[in-house]
Amino acid sequence: MHRTGELYGQFETLDQQRESASLGMWVFLVTEVLFFGGMFMTYTLNRSMYPEIFGEASRSINLTLGAINTIVLIGSSLTMAMSVWAAQVGKKQLVTIFLILTLILGSVFLGIKGVEYHEKFVEHHVPGLNFNFEPGSDAGTNAHAQLFFSLYFAMTGLHALHMIIGAGLLIWLIKESFKGRFNTEYSTPVDLVGLYWHFVDIVWIFLFPLLYLIDRH
Amino acid sequence: MVYITAICLFFAVAITVVVIYFFFKYKRKTPGEVGVPIHGDMRLETIWLVVPLLLSLTMFAGGAVIYVDYRRAPLDTLDIYVIGKQWMWKSQQPTGLREINELHVPVGRNVKLILASEDVIHNFSIPDFRVKMDVVPGHYNTMWFRPTKPGRYHFFCSQYCGTNHALMGGWVTVMEPSDYEAWLSGSSTADTNPVVAGEKLFTEKACATCHLPDGKGRAPSLNGVYEGKVALADGSTVTADDAYLRESILAPNAKIVAGFQPLMPTFQGQLTEEEILALTAYVKSLQSQPVPATGAGVAPAGKK
Amino acid sequence: MPREHYLNATYGIRSWLLTTDHKRIALLYLVSVTFFFFIGGTFASLIRIHLLTPGGYLVTPETYNKLFTMHGVAMIFFFLIPSIPAVLGNFLIPMMIGAKDLAFPKINLLSWYIYLVGGCFVLYSFATGGLDTGWTFYTPLSSVYSNSAVTPAVIGIFINGFSSILTGLNFIVTVHTMRAPGMTWFRLPLFVWAHYATSIIFILGTPVIAITLLLAGLERMLHLGFFNPVLGGDPILFQHLFWFYSHPAVYIMILPAMGVISEIIPTFARKPIFGYSFIAGSSIAIAVIGFFVWAHHMFLTGESAYAALTFSFLSYLVAIPSAVKTFNWTSTLYKGSISWETPMLYGLGFIGLFLIGGLTGLFLACLGVDIHLHDTYFVIAHFHYIMVGGAVMGYVGGLHFWWPKITGRLYPEGLAKTAAVTLFVGFNLTFFPQFILGYLGMPRRYHSYPPEFQVFNVMSTAGASILALGYLLPMIYLTWSMRYGKVAGPNPWPATGLEWKTASPPLTENFDVTPEVNWEPYDFDNRHDLGLDVKGHPSLAPAHGDD
Repeated sequence: MHRTGELYGQFETLDQQRESASLGMWVFLVTEVLFFGGMFMTYTLNRSMYPEIFGEASRSINLTLGAINTIVLIGSSLTMAMSVWAAQVGKKQLVTIFLILTLILGSVFLGIKGVEYHEKFVEHHVPGLNFNFEPGSDAGTNAHAQLFFSLYFAMTGLHALHMIIGAGLLIWLIKESFKGRFNTEYSTPVDLVGLYWHFVDIVWIFLFPLLYLIDRH
Repeated sequence: MVYITAICLFFAVAITVVVIYFFFKYKRKTPGEVGVPIHGDMRLETIWLVVPLLLSLTMFAGGAVIYVDYRRAPLDTLDIYVIGKQWMWKSQQPTGLREINELHVPVGRNVKLILASEDVIHNFSIPDFRVKMDVVPGHYNTMWFRPTKPGRYHFFCSQYCGTNHALMGGWVTVMEPSDYEAWLSGSSTADTNPVVAGEKLFTEKACATCHLPDGKGRAPSLNGVYEGKVALADGSTVTADDAYLRESILAPNAKIVAGFQPLMPTFQGQLTEEEILALTAYVKSLQSQPVPATGAGVAPAGKK
Repeated sequence: MPREHYLNATYGIRSWLLTTDHKRIALLYLVSVTFFFFIGGTFASLIRIHLLTPGGYLVTPETYNKLFTMHGVAMIFFFLIPSIPAVLGNFLIPMMIGAKDLAFPKINLLSWYIYLVGGCFVLYSFATGGLDTGWTFYTPLSSVYSNSAVTPAVIGIFINGFSSILTGLNFIVTVHTMRAPGMTWFRLPLFVWAHYATSIIFILGTPVIAITLLLAGLERMLHLGFFNPVLGGDPILFQHLFWFYSHPAVYIMILPAMGVISEIIPTFARKPIFGYSFIAGSSIAIAVIGFFVWAHHMFLTGESAYAALTFSFLSYLVAIPSAVKTFNWTSTLYKGSISWETPMLYGLGFIGLFLIGGLTGLFLACLGVDIHLHDTYFVIAHFHYIMVGGAVMGYVGGLHFWWPKITGRLYPEGLAKTAAVTLFVGFNLTFFPQFILGYLGMPRRYHSYPPEFQVFNVMSTAGASILALGYLLPMIYLTWSMRYGKVAGPNPWPATGLEWKTASPPLTENFDVTPEVNWEPYDFDNRHDLGLDVKGHPSLAPAHGDD
């Protein structure tokens, strides 16, 4: 692993290196938009075709937990932004502290997600495992409700996977930050992971209303 | 198609000839020779951008006219139901007469095929008539044509559908109208007229308990519904075509008729494609029945 | 030949498998894509032999269906899409812009490994029963009814998508941030513009096929209902999602080849390309408009007539930039000093075959005509003219053009010309009869056919045997030339790109001093360093020679 701040061989200047890294992360995030976008499209189309059943299924997922998670995740974006700021002003210890806070909040999010998934499992709302939306409901309702839950698990599952990857990146960042690697001149990894983390947050900000808030009276 | 072929042939030949001509004319003469540095020409660029664009628009327009006409079947069609399944075609004439991998039609009449699939996506294609249409499970698709010459013509499945996709073909037989009538009545009528089968199902599946003809039931009367304008609960209006009838049976809550409650259960998974077609045929046959003043499934005459 | 260059700078298998040198990675890709080309080609040969007789007695229907499916999957995802970008793009783009490597060399290597992993999954699928859904994976056939090894194939293609995405990402960042001083956007070679446009498609389109295949795979494994009508899903939704990527994918396959041609023609006509900015702009236009035409694959699914009208109209629009390019290439030949060397033969072959392929696309974009031609052999002929007559010719032509740079050797010119002509003739004999077959109504993906279609099928198979020879010849003599070919100098043609200012083969770091660019591209008339008769002055230095 190169010592941080060193110029990699293919670049001429540190500026070029920094610019490339940043542009690379932005381009990657564009691909992620398209990646999630396909599923958002599928969800939106299906929701407009089966509004009642989707509404009913949506009401059965835990709004409180979802709302708490939203606040937790936005909070984690705040702490992430703070760690970027801390690096820019050279407060090395604060960088580490804020990164740790971000990791904690991210883990809380994942924990709550786990609780939600467990709840769904107990209620027989997990497609492919033990799905039965309302015992006695007809095949059509069951099928459309299963469609909702398939999309629910696929979308939140993919999101959670991105969070787990983000958590891994944070652990690596914390290790590096602990060694004092990030300062005013060099904070590229923190900036880039920050971009990634904010993106994952934004995906949730779209997921939450789409999945949890339709048809709530 | 002749028009497009002519344009394409012209450009293909013209460019090929020019390229070959330049290739020979400007062949290098001395080893160090360079070409004349011409960087571009705005006029030429404009010409060969605009001219192909205009030609393309004419090609588009010509095809669009044919296609739009193809997608809107005329009103006075002979309707034949066609079901595709791995790996055969079943068709049913309006009288109920069934065929497998065969289709008999009279010459000089507009024929509309209503296509349904029991499993995967197929495509019903009659190359000699220049028509084809996908057959998609979960949807109805329709196609129409007007046979002009008696004879036997190949039809094929034209959407890959599994192992015996290539064997899923048959013959369209176009007959003089009198021969067609004779053929229709000459066969055994052991097959049930789909309208009759549909009427039976309408009672068996308890549709009749809500859809009272006089409009006084919990569901709209179906008299005169087919091809009429239906006012929905959300304020919009929709035409009650084959697809609407099918959707009303399988996903009744998708469109609620104004003035009625979403009470109808879905019959998804409880009816075979043949049964859905039979029910649809029966409801279509109610088109000429008197529409009640209130409780109708369709907007009253005058609003049409 | 230089004493030390990228091929002999370090030795051993580890120095190749763990390399971050874009040139070595390009060669790693060369080997792997050639492998998949063999696989896809073998399937194609079996298909053509089987179709000699209407009854089709070579293989069973199940096997035939697997053959055409696997031919498509191997060729499209593991040969055509990577070929020019991953082999020629990787090798050349840094040198063309005056850089030492791509922006992210390690990610470049990762791309190759991801490609291999995806390839392994697909090979596993082929080996454990094969795949018979068509490369288009239409549901519910693929997600419910097929009994073949769909899941590993879908996983493999999903994984392979990330290889494309990372390559595209690397190219975009590289072109933005790594250009040498003086290498402005409008001094870039058109090959770079072509790859930039292709990379836009890579990053915007590939994620969508990834998610589509993920959903289809989940549907198959867990019996979910996204695309299965019995469970409330919609098979047409699959088609929309699938084609949203797969149509732009065809532009991924052709744009790089157009970039190659845009390099070859000025070089062998020894004059600037006619209409540089129009060719550059057309590449971007094709990439952008190409995202808006996908449902022209779905005119007969029962989609609304309004949608069909829109997509037909847009499909005609996307044809225009390609027409502009063709006119510009042709005009470049005017008053040129044209040599008939092998790369130029490929270049001209490309123009002719792409012309036919593109024009026949106009038939299919025409709604009324598509009713008749949809899902017939006409479509197969159309796309093979573009994919093989266009993209593969561009790839093979490009390999020949840059072979001296890559290997430091020249291939045997006489044999190469023979192979080029063989390829051209064999190709036309194989695929032109298929236009007629389609017009006559023969559907595609048929393991057996009515006897009236036999004559053209036999013609097509006969042509295929010649085509195969046309492919085998270069594989043999190019390999032979790596050891026994005549040593090439740094710039044998000569050509004007920055890459030709490096040694042949180049140093690992490409340039010993970062170049400063103050010349326009393809400016033969002002390049006194190429040893040509510029403005009547005799050459001052030999054009060829060892470094």
